[in-house]
Amino acid sequence: MAEDNILIDVQNLTKHFPIRRGIIFERITGSVQAVDKISFTIRRGETLGMVGESGCGKTTLARVILGLMPATSGHVYFDGEDVCSLKGEKLRLLRKDMQLVFQDPYASLNPRMTVEAIVRTPMKAFNLYSNAEQKEKVGEILNTVGLTDFHAKRYPHQFSGGQRQRIGVARALAASPKFIIGDEPVSALDVSIRGQVLNLLKDLQDEFHLTYLFISHDLSVVQHVSDRVAVIYLGKLMELATGDDLYREPLHPYTQALLAAVPPPSPRARRTERVVIHGETPSPANPPSGCRFRTRCPKAIVECAEIEPPLKEERPGHVVACIRV
Amino acid sequence: MPRPINGITEADRLPRRHPSLWRDAGRRLLRNRLAMAGGIIVLAMVLIALLADVLSPYDPIKQNYNAILEAPSLRHLVGTDALGRDALSRLVHGARTSMTVGIFTQLIVLAIGLPLGALAGYGGGRTDNLLMRFTDIVYAFPELLMVILLQTIFGGSIYMLFLAIGLVAWTNVARLTRGQILSLKEREFVLAARAMGATGAVIIWRHLLPNSLGPIIVTVTFGVPRAIFLEAALSYIGIGVKPPTPSWGTMVQDGYGAIFSFPHLVAFPALAIALVMLAFTFLGDGLRDALDPRGR
Repeated sequence: MAEDNILIDVQNLTKHFPIRRGIIFERITGSVQAVDKISFTIRRGETLGMVGESGCGKTTLARVILGLMPATSGHVYFDGEDVCSLKGEKLRLLRKDMQLVFQDPYASLNPRMTVEAIVRTPMKAFNLYSNAEQKEKVGEILNTVGLTDFHAKRYPHQFSGGQRQRIGVARALAASPKFIIGDEPVSALDVSIRGQVLNLLKDLQDEFHLTYLFISHDLSVVQHVSDRVAVIYLGKLMELATGDDLYREPLHPYTQALLAAVPPPSPRARRTERVVIHGETPSPANPPSGCRFRTRCPKAIVECAEIEPPLKEERPGHVVACIRV
Repeated sequence: MPRPINGITEADRLPRRHPSLWRDAGRRLLRNRLAMAGGIIVLAMVLIALLADVLSPYDPIKQNYNAILEAPSLRHLVGTDALGRDALSRLVHGARTSMTVGIFTQLIVLAIGLPLGALAGYGGGRTDNLLMRFTDIVYAFPELLMVILLQTIFGGSIYMLFLAIGLVAWTNVARLTRGQILSLKEREFVLAARAMGATGAVIIWRHLLPNSLGPIIVTVTFGVPRAIFLEAALSYIGIGVKPPTPSWGTMVQDGYGAIFSFPHLVAFPALAIALVMLAFTFLGDGLRDALDPRGR
């Protein structure tokens, strides 16, 4: 039963980028550890939120999961199939079921294609419908995302940011996928538009039984859409729990600090205890030994530099990687 | 059904023209006077080249010993040369030679440079290294020397001249295409297309090439006068177009011996060369500004 319910199973996923020196006689002098031994699962119909500061490897993780970048090691099972071992045409065919919504609605749409051509890209790629049906389908999908068929013949530069993002969502929906990764899909949008796109994503999930991996650096956005939330720091999974548990009772000092940094809705609602972290995120090319957060952690002790904290299930369904919990 | 989303106004529903980036560029080009002047001259030259047989008053290679070295007159508007051939007819037919050289060499340039550059840029790695080092070698060779060499090997037919010029001139387009593809490849919409399942061919044809075409069009436009000039130079030193086929380069050379007594024999073909070069350069400048409005 449990196995059957899992759509995405990420096991020990690692992505290191080699640092090369020299022009002709290249040698590898180190590596940026963008994603390091991350494991988690996503159930069907669930939204997993993923938060972390910029540069913590969220985007890399998304791209490796989709097979857009090869993994250094580890596995990603999508519906039982190992994405990391697939290549070429087999990998391409898998993309029908997993799609991506990009962060930047300006960079991610080809400026020389009409909206119709953009939304048809996945349909054409997988020979989904006849020509006429494709056009009809484009109209339907545009309606679904809150645009209309009279937008189909326009070019991306004729739309606002929020509208463009909806075109991006429409494109991701076009091949009727099972799984969509939103890579900061609302961070480029104005706050007023953000809610619209977030609600749209939620409605679409109900309507098409979609599974989401929702990446963001904004805790309140993630809280709004996610069933469970994963916290990433420097390429490592720090804590993973249901949204309610995580926001009510964060266990990891990093999560506590992140939550403390969210401005309270009213001045009186300010919690008494406030964890503040100082300093810059260390370079992922040279991460701290042991726990990666220890250099900024207010609770760090000597052992934190020696032991790489394993993920342990502290409460049912609430895992955390910290030896001080 | 998802909740309705605001932001669609009644004004949105009004039928509007939806300009593609190409059409936008076309409008900007039409507004550029200098470029349009160049374009009109280019168009006129193409027409003259096409209609050379109709337009020229005499047979351009027929010699008339009763009318040798005549000054411009009503019978011979730009005079006659040392063999009594009508200079105007030779100018008009020279336009045909020049335009054919200009256009055909650029077609060869495109046929070699575009796929080579695209392959290097898209393939990357070893393919890129290999193709670009080959391009560097061709590029490093002195242009004129190479054409002379090829002309000597292939012999003097005019088609071989196209080929010779094309074979040395493609390097610019290859490098430019590679650079364009290389930078576009990293753009997010290309990644998006890949994530959507688009095949390599679709990515090259629908995403990479259309977005890199602008600068390539400009380079090819600048390439036309360069090829025309090269042909004129080659003909001037006697290894280009073989007599009696009229060419502006040969005409300058023919008249050069008596430049002080009969300056019109040099002046008119030289003017024609200058005019075509200027026209193409203005048109190219205009195209560049129109296709990349931020580049100014």
